[in-house]
Amino acid sequence: MRPVYAVSGGVSKFAKARPDKTFQGVVKEAYDYAIADLGLDFPDFTAIVDGSVASYFSDHFSRQLMSGIMVQDYLGLCPKPGHRVEGGGATGGICFQEAWKAIASGSMEVCVAYGWETMSHVETWKGNEFIALASDVSWDYPVGGFYSGYYAMMVTRHMKEYGTTVEQMAHVSVKNHINAYHNPYAQKRERYTIQDVRNSPMVAWPLTRLDICVMSDGAAATILASEEGLRRLETSGARITRPLVRVTGIGRGTDAMRMSDRPHVDYETFLRDYATEQERGSDETRRYYKKLWDRGARYPGVHSFRAGRTAGNMAYKQTGIADPIHELDFVELHDAYTSSEIQTYEDLGLCRYGEGGPFAASGKAFMPGIDYGLKLPEKPACPVNPSGGLIACGHPVGATGLMQAVFAIWQLQGSIAKHFGDQALQVKDARRGAIHSHAGTGTYVTVSTLEREE
Amino acid sequence: MAKLPDQRPETLGGYVVHGLPFPVETDPDALAFLKRMAPIQIEQEYKVTYLHSYGQDSPWFAGASNRHLLATREPDSQYTYATPRAHDMYSGRETEWIDITDRNARVHAFTVCHFGSEEFLPETPFVLALIEFEGANTLFLTRLLGVDPDQASLDWIGMEVRPRFLRNSKLKPTDVYFVPASSGKK
Repeated sequence: MRPVYAVSGGVSKFAKARPDKTFQGVVKEAYDYAIADLGLDFPDFTAIVDGSVASYFSDHFSRQLMSGIMVQDYLGLCPKPGHRVEGGGATGGICFQEAWKAIASGSMEVCVAYGWETMSHVETWKGNEFIALASDVSWDYPVGGFYSGYYAMMVTRHMKEYGTTVEQMAHVSVKNHINAYHNPYAQKRERYTIQDVRNSPMVAWPLTRLDICVMSDGAAATILASEEGLRRLETSGARITRPLVRVTGIGRGTDAMRMSDRPHVDYETFLRDYATEQERGSDETRRYYKKLWDRGARYPGVHSFRAGRTAGNMAYKQTGIADPIHELDFVELHDAYTSSEIQTYEDLGLCRYGEGGPFAASGKAFMPGIDYGLKLPEKPACPVNPSGGLIACGHPVGATGLMQAVFAIWQLQGSIAKHFGDQALQVKDARRGAIHSHAGTGTYVTVSTLEREE
Repeated sequence: MAKLPDQRPETLGGYVVHGLPFPVETDPDALAFLKRMAPIQIEQEYKVTYLHSYGQDSPWFAGASNRHLLATREPDSQYTYATPRAHDMYSGRETEWIDITDRNARVHAFTVCHFGSEEFLPETPFVLALIEFEGANTLFLTRLLGVDPDQASLDWIGMEVRPRFLRNSKLKPTDVYFVPASSGKK
């Protein structure tokens, strides 16, 4: 595989509704920003780019099939190659990885990954119905199809199994909303307290409205290139930020559509097939897990995402990461729910299974230098969702995973202040980050690692 | 030769808007002003009736409408799917039907939905639960009745429950629901 560089990105403003433009126009905002950030104009970039990958989740939301080609033609990319990918909430993450494959395989030298979602054309509760169609329509949807309900069931099991508390979950909401206070692209820029989160309307016990991301209209785009692609771009006058940002790991995992079908494996199987390298190598951690299993814990059950663990392990192996919390400078992960951020801390090995709750309230996942109004016992170790994540930025599904990629590129370029107009969210000396995109109740999960070249 | 229609009939109703503001003259200034126009939004209805087949899962629905809760099992490994699958995900072999109506069952996880998808909004608050069965390897998603939605408690997890069936089957997985084992009569 050839080295793949992430050279530029753009994000449209995420908003509850964007009736001012059709989806093509909203994608063009992000696309134009990515091109302009390279210092190129539209025709010059069009001449260089080899093709695209398009990302959007639902045909229902806009009652339009083949939206991908409509964006391709609006962006003036016809007749160059392109295709649309779809994988639920992970659509954006999959799109980013498919663009990576196009470059890594030698199929393209410059590839643009663009994604969007238009969720405002239906009422929120109809939107929830559309999203719930991403559950088995024979068995799950008719029982009361509602994704917040599915995630709430997962977290009640997590709470029962590991003692996770609603206050620990609320820490995630406070963190992500306050981070987004410094991100002009975010849909919700609010300062909340733990009490605000708990006092907001109950949606699916124990998840309140502030534990859950919102529906959005928005778009994002990233430009990936090979070494030859870099040369072509620069020959045309592109200003490519150096040190370069390289995509060094691509991991992906899957799990059964129905939560009820997920296995409950024994300790030996967990250790062999799912434990991180670090977990497997630590006597103390093996004893810790043995104790959990002796107490009745099984894996992944409905409280953990083995797709996320599989994706993380795969990306870490490619990148050479053995100790994620100390070897990653930040993580942008798929926090559709505060509870799923906690579950994902564990899947990504930022802490051990069962320790996600205390980890959330420890302070390790917070940004340094920001006042959260909380008493946090530990110093930041690896900021998670410094952008504000889905909970605060919004979740226009097909754009979300690409938005994470754009924010990761900017972190590694050290250009957050330039793009946000605010330095507060710049992770100091960020050298390596991970982005994590997640579908369904954990059906498709992607983890990609990006690094600043020295 | 009959005269072919060359004009669409004008009708009232639908999306007809009377007197949408627009420049009287389309001079360059007026056309440039159109860039400042607010977007026009219209309603579009979309109704579909699907003929959905339960395919290989159909016997489960026949069972539920006759007050039997069916599951499937891999004949050799005995791996049991409380939500039926016609093929085992480990051996790839065809599974066999078994009846788990009278098996001990417990709440594995639950939530109370205070909001929901449009279709289910009128039913809120309702309790969703994943049920575990003795001797079964996977779970079953269902509605839990006989508990107070306003008194949700983690203590519900592990509660013994039993199935109840709708008298008038709707041929949906909700033909069966669960109640605390201690409540009412079968």
